[in-house]
Amino acid sequence: MTWKHYFTSSIGRKLIMGLTGLFLITFLIVHCSINSMIFFNDGGETFNHWAHFMGTNVIIRIMEIGLFAGLILHIVQGYMLTAQNKKARPVKYDTNKPNENSKWYSRSMGLLGTLLLLFLILHIYHFWTPSRLGGIANIRPLEETNLSAYNNQQALNLYAEMKLVFENNLWVVIVYILGVISLAWHLMHGFQSAFQSLGINHKRYTPIIKNVGVAFSIIVPLIFALMPLAFYLGWIN
Amino acid sequence: MEHYNMKLTLKVWKQKNSNAAGSFETYQVSDISSEMSFLEMFDVLNEQLVNEGKEPIAFDHDCREGICGMCSMYINGRAHGPWTKNTVCQLHMRAFNDGETIVVEPWRAAAFPVIKDLMVDRSAFDRIIQAGGFISVNTGNAVDANSLPVDKKDADTAFDAASCIGCGACVAACKNSSAMLFVSAKVSQLALLPQGQPERETRVLNMVTQMDKEGFGNCTNTYACEAECPKGISVANIARMNREYLKAGLNSEAK
Ligand code: HEM
Ligand code: SF4
Ligand code: FES
Repeated sequence: MTWKHYFTSSIGRKLIMGLTGLFLITFLIVHCSINSMIFFNDGGETFNHWAHFMGTNVIIRIMEIGLFAGLILHIVQGYMLTAQNKKARPVKYDTNKPNENSKWYSRSMGLLGTLLLLFLILHIYHFWTPSRLGGIANIRPLEETNLSAYNNQQALNLYAEMKLVFENNLWVVIVYILGVISLAWHLMHGFQSAFQSLGINHKRYTPIIKNVGVAFSIIVPLIFALMPLAFYLGWIN
Repeated sequence: MEHYNMKLTLKVWKQKNSNAAGSFETYQVSDISSEMSFLEMFDVLNEQLVNEGKEPIAFDHDCREGICGMCSMYINGRAHGPWTKNTVCQLHMRAFNDGETIVVEPWRAAAFPVIKDLMVDRSAFDRIIQAGGFISVNTGNAVDANSLPVDKKDADTAFDAASCIGCGACVAACKNSSAMLFVSAKVSQLALLPQGQPERETRVLNMVTQMDKEGFGNCTNTYACEAECPKGISVANIARMNREYLKAGLNSEAK
């Protein structure tokens, strides 16, 4: 069993899927925690503090490369699996009742992933590009909020950017909510599926994993959904 | 259970051979007893076709008692029809109502080409077994029963896995035509028992390699297989096979 054979076999590909999936889930935890700081409603002070840390800390920036690599691997692998799976059934059933034996979202990981990908492109364009590459005209300097700790730095006010993106743009808010709904369904299947792919299925622990997965898939996307809503509806400013 | 007779319309897949393009044919049958099995209903239909000088419908069957795994029909959108943990031969006509239209298709998978009508070629399963689904033992006198102690839990789990009849409903029901449930049942059965230990690593590597080569899809963990398996084989076996495979692959010395 060469490495190449190992990682291109059906089970090897699912190993990659499961590992990158769980890695992306740990990223979501960090991302969701930091972004939730906007709900302190302190003009973004706490949030900007952490956003600044995430954008400037060397270790975090190196991990960010890992995050992109993991995401790309996950996407490429996901599409390769989907293509192989399509090929395995060239003639479809005339009459089929898949809902009697499985959940629609477990059968729609490719579609949900594609919706997520479209959302992520927009999302990266909105926040990552300006905050990491800089130089977009609308960005107000950090001094506009009273972040005295960084007073002379020309760092991006990411909080102001969030406000700018969501405050008056109903369409953007809707697209973001659709994006997190896709995420919720993707995780509703993906969370527990990743453990099964890695060979973890146990009478005692699997029910716990499944329950944690359902809770995670509801709570995290819900918190994310509240962010654009909070700006749009003026709950925070 | 109340007995009743019924009249049915059957929409059945007809295909001359694996190269021909198939299509659906519609048939009418009447006086079908609710106490017949689904295959007996097909026998009635075929007799009717023979009497009319038409070609009967080819379908696989053997034991007709739910243990051989030959009967393979996708009935009204479900592998082995509407009942769960059930084979076609054990499906009774009381599952249907008078006047109903029933659609019958063969298993659909690239790895299971249609031979004729409702018969598919499942020799891909045989080749997977040949790749590693066996143990090597010395011939000669049978060893004393119980000379090898086996943990009760392992014995039970192995026995459950061993109840797979190789019918292919798991492949038929899976949106990816994946054979993971079948292969994992065979791998598990042997990995759990002392007799299976010498070939434990090569077995799982070779069987999965053969499975991939046959063109079955990958596992998305939808668990449709477990829901449609007539023997209720658990997807816990798939996780066990993943473990076995991932470990054996890491242990391999090839570069
Ligand atoms: C952005 C585009 C994405 C695409 C195209 C995508 C695609 C897919 C596909 C096709 C699968 C199923 C593979 C299979 O079993 O056949 C999958 C599984 C999974 N995805 Fe994604 N995904 C994306 C993003 C994400 C994100 C952002 C997360 C988590 C935060 C995630 C977490 C998971 C998990 C945990 C699994 C289950 C892995 C397994 O079954 O072993 N995915 N993804
Ligand atoms: S695992 Fe179940 S459905 Fe699959 S071949 Fe064995 S008995 Fe049939
Ligand atoms: S004919 Fe043997 S299982 Fe149905």
